[in-house]
Amino acid sequence: MTARIAVLALLGALVLMPYLWMVAASLKPVSEIFRASLSLWPEHFAAAENYGKVLARVPVLHYLWNGVVVCGGILVFQLLFAVPAGYALAKLRFPGRGLAFGAVMLGLLVPPHVPALPLYVAASGLGLLDSYTALIAPFTISVFAIFLFRQFFGALPDDLLHAARLDGMGEWSIVWRVVLPNAWPAATAFAIFSVVSHWNDLFWPLIVVQGHAHATPALGVLYFRSEEAGDDFGAMMAAAVLMTLPLVLAFLLAQRRFVEGIATTGLKG
Amino acid sequence: MAGITITGIGKRFGATVVLRDVSLTVEPGEFVALVGPSGCGKTTLMRIIAGIETADSGDITIGGRAVTRLPPAERDVAMVFQSYALYPHLTVRENIAVPLAMRRLSAVQRLPVLGGLLPGARARRRAIASEVERAAAPLGLAPLLDRRPMELSGGQRQRVALARAIVRRPAAFLMDEPLSNLDAALRVQTRREIVEIHRAAGVATLYVTHDQAEALTMADKVAVMMDGALLQISSPEAIYADPASLQVATFIGSPRINMLAATADAEGRVDVAGLPVGLRAQAHSALTLALRPEALRLAQEGLPVIAEHLEFLGDGLLLHARHAPDGAAVIARLEPEAREKVQPGAALRLGFAPERALLFGADGKRVAARADARLVTA
Ligand SMILES: Nc1ncnc2c1ncn2[C@@H]1O[C@H](COP(=O)(O)OP(=O)(O)OP(=O)(O)O)[C@@H](O)[C@H]1O
Ligand SMILES: [Mg+2]
Repeated sequence: MTARIAVLALLGALVLMPYLWMVAASLKPVSEIFRASLSLWPEHFAAAENYGKVLARVPVLHYLWNGVVVCGGILVFQLLFAVPAGYALAKLRFPGRGLAFGAVMLGLLVPPHVPALPLYVAASGLGLLDSYTALIAPFTISVFAIFLFRQFFGALPDDLLHAARLDGMGEWSIVWRVVLPNAWPAATAFAIFSVVSHWNDLFWPLIVVQGHAHATPALGVLYFRSEEAGDDFGAMMAAAVLMTLPLVLAFLLAQRRFVEGIATTGLKG
Repeated sequence: MAGITITGIGKRFGATVVLRDVSLTVEPGEFVALVGPSGCGKTTLMRIIAGIETADSGDITIGGRAVTRLPPAERDVAMVFQSYALYPHLTVRENIAVPLAMRRLSAVQRLPVLGGLLPGARARRRAIASEVERAAAPLGLAPLLDRRPMELSGGQRQRVALARAIVRRPAAFLMDEPLSNLDAALRVQTRREIVEIHRAAGVATLYVTHDQAEALTMADKVAVMMDGALLQISSPEAIYADPASLQVATFIGSPRINMLAATADAEGRVDVAGLPVGLRAQAHSALTLALRPEALRLAQEGLPVIAEHLEFLGDGLLLHARHAPDGAAVIARLEPEAREKVQPGAALRLGFAPERALLFGADGKRVAARADARLVTA
């Protein structure tokens, strides 16, 4: 037991280390960051200068807001499409179901970078470059989400769905009132996965966004680095801390609920 | 009027025929038990009546309406599933309210907070809440209304499932082995509750079970199903005392009915291993004579048997014996006083009144028999 805790603590520390180093560096003056000796705790606090510089030079709140809009938009649409699709593939019988599922599996094999160019051309052709639509639309249909939900919904007892039909629910009501509430663990896991990956995504925003108006947090850090910070690592780390802070806070606040959701949504009739 | 009529239902899954030409009527207010061994197609028939499964052939009428082509929600039946199928994420109160809310509230009115503010919604919601409480109270669910299914015992879940079925006053109830997950004591108690609910609601009920005792004690009519076909539909008394076939006779009754090979001579006199039993039937070469254990008693004359062992039941004895001529197993239910007279290994004679014997032909069908006045055994 104690051995297991020790191993877990060690792994946890290993994972946490870069983040702690980033936070520490954001509090130090540059001269201290590049010192040969390794020390986490700053001798002189330069937090005010570092964070002040970031807040003064770039619209941090605006980037964060863009991040919320883009990640929220992506997640909402992903759920809107993937939950009914996963339900249909798992529980409904219709001609072409096998083919549709095969297409989903095929979609899983395509790396996201492959369709980037055609998508860019399409966005540019439609005059959508540098807009929220361009940031959100390509990700609204997630084959991974469809696959995940299909696998999860497959475990729901058929009798539960039959009971719902007898109680007067249509398929649409069943999806949102019975299936999704009982798939809370899968939905939570997917939401974390989706939000984290799109919040941190640099590849696609870099392609379709020009300028500050629609820049996401990750892009914001990049802009700050190239335009403002130069080699001011302290300020850069401060920018990185600010951009990742919402994710960390959101996770800490929601952690209890996530765990609760996973623990209580057992599907024993 | 409300009731269930099914005619000529057939169903196959791939190459396996699951239901063969099943016809059955449940009169308004009647309680019909459908019994049969595991895998004979009972659940499939229920699902077809409920509309969850489609039949290959046949017609269904519920409450006087042809519903064969209607979706489940429009058939006006409520079903209690073997697995209860309660909504895990809803409280007991919400579970019971679902069928009412889905029927009486519009999609907008059902919205969590906003829906309550709409005109008319509040009154309807209040009506639903009071009906839920009225359905829950007689089942002893009042203190459990705010729990979730996970926090209930099997028996309590069972009652929630019943409440969800009765709350909307359907034209027919379908119950698929609702007691099979309960322990013996709870089963007997819930059995009575279901019968009382049925009386109070007066709704046509089709009740599936593979427990024949349940069927005999609860139902107005028992339908015996085997291999996808209905073999007999009669009152519990008739099913027990007057089975139409050997299959029904052996399925119903515990311990199992005794079966002895018999023959009818040219004049129709029936004998078992040479012993005339006082019955006349049409001249048949091969017959089966079947006797319930309680039809047998110790006698001076009658079937010769060798006693094997005795089971004491409290109010009686079960004698396990072998028929001396052919070694067939025979079970007799005797008075407790018979204990002294019966020793394992003893040669005994078991007599019976001829009118209690049942005769079956080689095809398993019942054969008419009448007592032969001139020749009465024992
Ligand atoms: N979806 C299906 N596909 C193929 N075969 C099926 C399907 N559903 C049922 N069967 C078969 O149909 C037969 C009847 O099944 P059913 O569930 O109606 O039996 P049952 O009488 O309810 O049995 P039990 O008492 O065990 O519940 C079984 O042999 C079963 O294997
Ligand atoms: Mg069954």
